[in-house]
Amino acid sequence: MRIELVKRKEHSQTMALLSPVIAVALTALSAAILFSITGHNPFVGLYKFFIEPLTQQWSLEATIDKATPLILIGCGLAICYLSNNWNIGAEGQFVVGALFGCALPILYPDFENVATLPLMLLFGAIGGALWALIPALLKTRFNTNEILTSLMLVYVAGLLLDYLVRGPWRDPDGYNFPESRIFSDAATLPEVFGGAMSLSAPITIVVAVILAIVLAKTLKGFEIRVMGESPRAGSFAGFSAKRLTLFSFALAGALAGLAGTMEVSGALNQLLPSISPGYGFTAIIVAFLGRLNPIGIIIAGFVLALSYIGGEGVQSAMGVSNEIASVIQGLLLFFVLACDTLILYRIRFTSRRIADGEASHV
Amino acid sequence: MFEAVLLTVITAATPLLIAAVGELVVERSGVLNLGVEGMMIMGAVIGFAVANQTGSGSLGVIAAIAAGMAMSALFGVLVLFLVANQVATGLALTILGIGLSGMIGEAFIGVPGLDLPQLYIPVLSEIPFFGPVFFQQDALVYVSFALVAFVAYGLFRTRVGLVLRAVGDNHGSAHALGYSVVKVRFLAILFGGACAGLAGAYLSLAYTPQWVENMTAGRGWIALALVVFASWLPLRVVIGAYLFGAVSVLNLHAQALEFDIPSQLLSSLPYIATIMVLVLISANRRLTLVNTPACLGKPFVPDR
Repeated sequence: MRIELVKRKEHSQTMALLSPVIAVALTALSAAILFSITGHNPFVGLYKFFIEPLTQQWSLEATIDKATPLILIGCGLAICYLSNNWNIGAEGQFVVGALFGCALPILYPDFENVATLPLMLLFGAIGGALWALIPALLKTRFNTNEILTSLMLVYVAGLLLDYLVRGPWRDPDGYNFPESRIFSDAATLPEVFGGAMSLSAPITIVVAVILAIVLAKTLKGFEIRVMGESPRAGSFAGFSAKRLTLFSFALAGALAGLAGTMEVSGALNQLLPSISPGYGFTAIIVAFLGRLNPIGIIIAGFVLALSYIGGEGVQSAMGVSNEIASVIQGLLLFFVLACDTLILYRIRFTSRRIADGEASHV
Repeated sequence: MFEAVLLTVITAATPLLIAAVGELVVERSGVLNLGVEGMMIMGAVIGFAVANQTGSGSLGVIAAIAAGMAMSALFGVLVLFLVANQVATGLALTILGIGLSGMIGEAFIGVPGLDLPQLYIPVLSEIPFFGPVFFQQDALVYVSFALVAFVAYGLFRTRVGLVLRAVGDNHGSAHALGYSVVKVRFLAILFGGACAGLAGAYLSLAYTPQWVENMTAGRGWIALALVVFASWLPLRVVIGAYLFGAVSVLNLHAQALEFDIPSQLLSSLPYIATIMVLVLISANRRLTLVNTPACLGKPFVPDR
């Protein structure tokens, strides 16, 4: 007997909706196996990991806090991936965006008024966009592989942050700790809905909805999708691949930079040597799990945010290494990609004899 | 002084060389495996763990190779049998490898490692300067050069190499001639995984004999860039690996000389150098187009 892939005549709409669900189910199954191997009760593990964070208010709020940057970055990455631009350096764009955004309260701490926060967010978006434009320009100008350059810039950004926090931007009254000064209220992102979430959450939802509409209803959205699926057809329609590369990178960088600034301004309130638990990389998984669709990405962002909170949960309750969260994240991306095959292909089980018989009829 | 610098360059270059030569074979077969970093870090942690548990460095190395192959097999199944997107699957492999290695390695943080035995070649190793540099290295340094020679000869002077390159350059024709594209590619992917695992073992057993989380620090990605730098020719990988080895130890030696440069700037040099080298190479269209495998990254579904 053999297993064959048979190309479907058209995309399967059912599978497009089902495949992320199957992927999550398979990931949960693997997680259960992982818990058993490491000598823990798989049912308790699964409950603590996937369900318990949703049952308490504080953990629900923490999940929203983690989901917000993931969704914002994931939306930008989706635009890149849809148009066939492989930006995997969102982590660096997040960091550089945060540096640009936080330059204001760190260098001019006395500049405190209503314009502080909006300016910070604007600078953050600009910083992220500029950092993302480096690989984009190298791609359009020199045909350089954007995957490698955007990733290399992640390391450079991390080292830049480290240098600033330990060097020129260190808090003068901070007893030599590698931290910047703590931001004033004017530079702090306020909380909304009675303190349930940071202002970053509603901003993120608005951005995602706008992007969903742009993608589905506007010419720009059409251009992005056409250039991704068939650049040749797109060029006949007058779309420029190079301009779209610059556009999608700049947009993804701006959203990542915005996310970085909001994270530092809201959640951390100061710059630290490390400001992200890998949001830029996890957002890649979010983008794929959300089917590169902003609305899907909102849901996917919550699923991945759960894995952060759940990882901490199983660590404190069961003594499982919290690295299990990144293992589960990696497995999830594998299963998503594997299940996506079912959208384009059908699996057929055939025995060699039947296959030969079919051939003789032809 | 110069001798000491050269010795550190060799140890820094060896893991890059091993991983890049493996990836070169994979890409020559038409597959882009971006998971080198993930396979490498798994090799590092498994190699360290097994060497630590058994007390045998060689067993550690073998286990690391097996770990790299197991990871690459996972990648192979997805991209060859399920025709998944190669870029995304490679990324998934890296994310999974980093997570899994962190989980396995937690028990080994701070545990002193054991040194791989140095291989002294009698008589020759006693020559001043040349002796220590060329004939007094750990065994894996010699293995890395043997590997390059093996791949260079195998790819361009044997029938197997010809088939592999045919599959990478035109999978349709290779399939029509009766070669199993999927089988050739799967074997190439396994070879790449073995090399990446070995490179990881070199890091945790020879370069810095200990386990540190994320200790590959982007070396897998630099190895990928080296393949482009070498324009898919094995002998040029040696030049690239040693060049990058030299850049990456600058940090070490500049600190000793007490230059007034932020250490972070020196640490970022290998990454910046990678970007600059990629720009220089890819700006030269003729050079890249001649040797780039024509089917690199393209999915293949056999029609029966």
